[in-house]
Amino acid sequence: MKKTLLASAILASTLITAPSYAANVPAGTELADVQDLVRGGGSEPATLDPQKIEGTPGSARARDLFEGLYNLDGEGNLVPGVAKSYTANEDNTLYTFTLRQDAKWSNGDPVTAHDFVYGFTRAVDPATASPYAWFIEIPSITNASKIINGEAEPSTLGVKALDDYTFQVSLDRPVPYFVKMTAHQTMFPAPKKTIEKWGSNWTKAEHIVSNGAYKMDEWIVNEKMVFSRNSHYWNDDKTVINQVTFLPIESPNAELKRFQAGQMDLSYELPNDHFKQLQRDIPEQVVVTPMLGTYYYQFNTTKAPYDDVRVRKALSYAIDRNVITKFVTGTGELPAYSFTPEVVNGFNPATPEYATWTQKERNEKAQALLEEAGFDKRNPLSFNLLYNTNENHKKIAIAVASMWKKTLGVSVTLENQEWKTYLETKKHQQFDIARAGWIGDYNEASTMLDLLTSTHGNNDGKYNNAEYDRLLADAKTLQNPSENYNQAEAIAIEQDMAVAPIYQYTTKRLVKPYVGGYSPNPEDSIYTRDMYIIKH
Amino acid sequence: MLTFILKRILEAIPTLLVLITVSFFLMHSAPGSPFSGERTLPPEVLANINAKYHLDEPVINQFFYYLGGLLQGDLGPSFRYKDFTINELIAQSFPVSAEIGLWSFLVALVIGVGCGVIAALRQNSWVDYSVMAVANLGIVLPNFVLAPLCILVFSIYNQWLPPGGWNGGAWPYLVMPVIAMSTSYIAQIARITRGSMIETMHSNFIRTAKAKGLPKHRIIFKHALRPAMLPVISYLGPAFVGIITGSVIVDVYFGTGGIGQHFINGALNRDYSMVMGVTILVGTLTILFNAVVDVLYALIDPKIRY
Repeated sequence: MKKTLLASAILASTLITAPSYAANVPAGTELADVQDLVRGGGSEPATLDPQKIEGTPGSARARDLFEGLYNLDGEGNLVPGVAKSYTANEDNTLYTFTLRQDAKWSNGDPVTAHDFVYGFTRAVDPATASPYAWFIEIPSITNASKIINGEAEPSTLGVKALDDYTFQVSLDRPVPYFVKMTAHQTMFPAPKKTIEKWGSNWTKAEHIVSNGAYKMDEWIVNEKMVFSRNSHYWNDDKTVINQVTFLPIESPNAELKRFQAGQMDLSYELPNDHFKQLQRDIPEQVVVTPMLGTYYYQFNTTKAPYDDVRVRKALSYAIDRNVITKFVTGTGELPAYSFTPEVVNGFNPATPEYATWTQKERNEKAQALLEEAGFDKRNPLSFNLLYNTNENHKKIAIAVASMWKKTLGVSVTLENQEWKTYLETKKHQQFDIARAGWIGDYNEASTMLDLLTSTHGNNDGKYNNAEYDRLLADAKTLQNPSENYNQAEAIAIEQDMAVAPIYQYTTKRLVKPYVGGYSPNPEDSIYTRDMYIIKH
Repeated sequence: MLTFILKRILEAIPTLLVLITVSFFLMHSAPGSPFSGERTLPPEVLANINAKYHLDEPVINQFFYYLGGLLQGDLGPSFRYKDFTINELIAQSFPVSAEIGLWSFLVALVIGVGCGVIAALRQNSWVDYSVMAVANLGIVLPNFVLAPLCILVFSIYNQWLPPGGWNGGAWPYLVMPVIAMSTSYIAQIARITRGSMIETMHSNFIRTAKAKGLPKHRIIFKHALRPAMLPVISYLGPAFVGIITGSVIVDVYFGTGGIGQHFINGALNRDYSMVMGVTILVGTLTILFNAVVDVLYALIDPKIRY
């Protein structure tokens, strides 16, 4: 699943043009007369305002309604969206995008560079109070941090419309993956007139205008959201699906029933308990793809004995990841020995040594290390294992606890907490070892590795290694940061075992055999406009 | 009677105020905030969000902001569904649950009372046992089992009914939610009716009626049913509120978009204004229907006069 490195191409400061993006129906495919697609939508999105969206259900819908400068294809590569091409200056701090002139909003107005300036600016404007404001800070767009902090006017953000169709972004430092980030909804254009007219009501079905392949017809909270073709979309000719309905269903079991009854063509997820049976009964409809995320256990390194690397290593070694992925989760996950999942674009995490040992060897090492740390039968280690209330987390916790008990004689008390309470507990380091998981925001290793830097807001285990911090800070400006990433992995996992990686996430969906063009990338960006319904 | 109703309305105000105050502070004392998530937001970003929703101010100030809005009929913005206000969300979801609820209530009342009366009249016969056995199934079969079971039978094995959705309340979308919603109420009502009916049938005035040689249907419908209904009515008041304010199971399984799931999700998401909104709604309805029950009592029971 390795992807070729795009960064070099991006950094070459050349003009990039690629084939346009839309449904690619193979010759000879007979299309169905009715091109209406019903998709499972996960939970109801908190908002459809692109600059404020924070959850994946919202992103999934925003990809159909809006379009940014670039899109990502099934492999995570860049495909032009509203931008036809771009150039970068020599030190890669000034990006100039040339926009296509046929891009239009659903009310027929042209999509201009000013709409992007407005979109980027309102994302950081404190008045918008966007939970994703930090997304503009990550690529170091000039003045982004100051604006968020209220120290500068939003109008001073490093974005400019040179003319209606030329959009320029200035960065304080070169960030190799900046262009890829423009596929994210936070960097989408925003319709100024509409937003100023309707205020926070602008996303309602009766007011919203959008520049993507679809426009909104109906939004009934917790029942459905219906989109139809945006005839003004620049690539509308190549779009096949006429209407897409998102059904917001939080329970995977309830969703499965509706899929089985034929009310849905593409599910959002599938219940783990039914995975084996579904693979037996309808194998062609179960589609599993790797996802950019890692499931892991977090050690509270501020607390003895988890500040002792021997204890952390012993506990991590004693987890038989193959048993977890094969028998406990059993839905196509890959065991994880590194923090960065293998599917990440542009970086191939080196295999840490412990991954090459047999489980027996790992167990022996684990026993020796724990003994060295001063724990044995007379002085057994005992602790709480915290997880948020969920059947799958519980199963994994039981399995891991019994592995620890059997191999190391450790006694573990399982502690489950409701989601928000669990987050608070972790944030205040009131835990010994806690379940955690992270899904990347953009397809680049730093989306994972930054998490273990000492100042990161999600480093709940408070892992702190100055060399690690330095490697990641330096990596931000390197043309090829892979070497730094490998060293960082070696320090955080192989040397310090800051966390115990357990498995790499997968995206699991049910897809009716007549749905064509479904190809999710590791970030799970799927676009309805790529899909089509085959005659059945 | 009029003074009685007026009195009940006046009494409701302090009750509601206590309810609002207690719920508000309880809700705000729960750990976490509406904006805590897997990703810890950078402090400056969080500060901007908190400022927007007044969460950076002392809870007591927030309480008065809330009361101020409430007096103008504004239940505030939702912290979870950020594009909607609580007024909009309740206006969208409550009619759905109310429609499912009203139908379920009617079904439960007719079948429940019917079963109860039949069982009581044939007390300790096989009719009694079988009717009550079926009714009791409703109690042992919780709706989180019944809902998926219905979908399995009516939508997957036989494609008779749509497995979910609402579609403006078209009847095929209504059938399964009503079944799932009414079953346990049928059982309860049948049990209460049976017990009360048996008691009434053994009372002196029924014996007198029998002794006078009145026909059986007259004894039952004219004399027995009315007093036998009193315990049922006192059960129906709160039950009615419960049934029209929906159920999280029905909303989750059938995707009806009703108000039921807002109770659970509002609390889990720390959507403060949603929790307050549904609490006020249920509180008001409960007070209202308890008053209605009292009025009904007065109408049915000649011993009660206000």
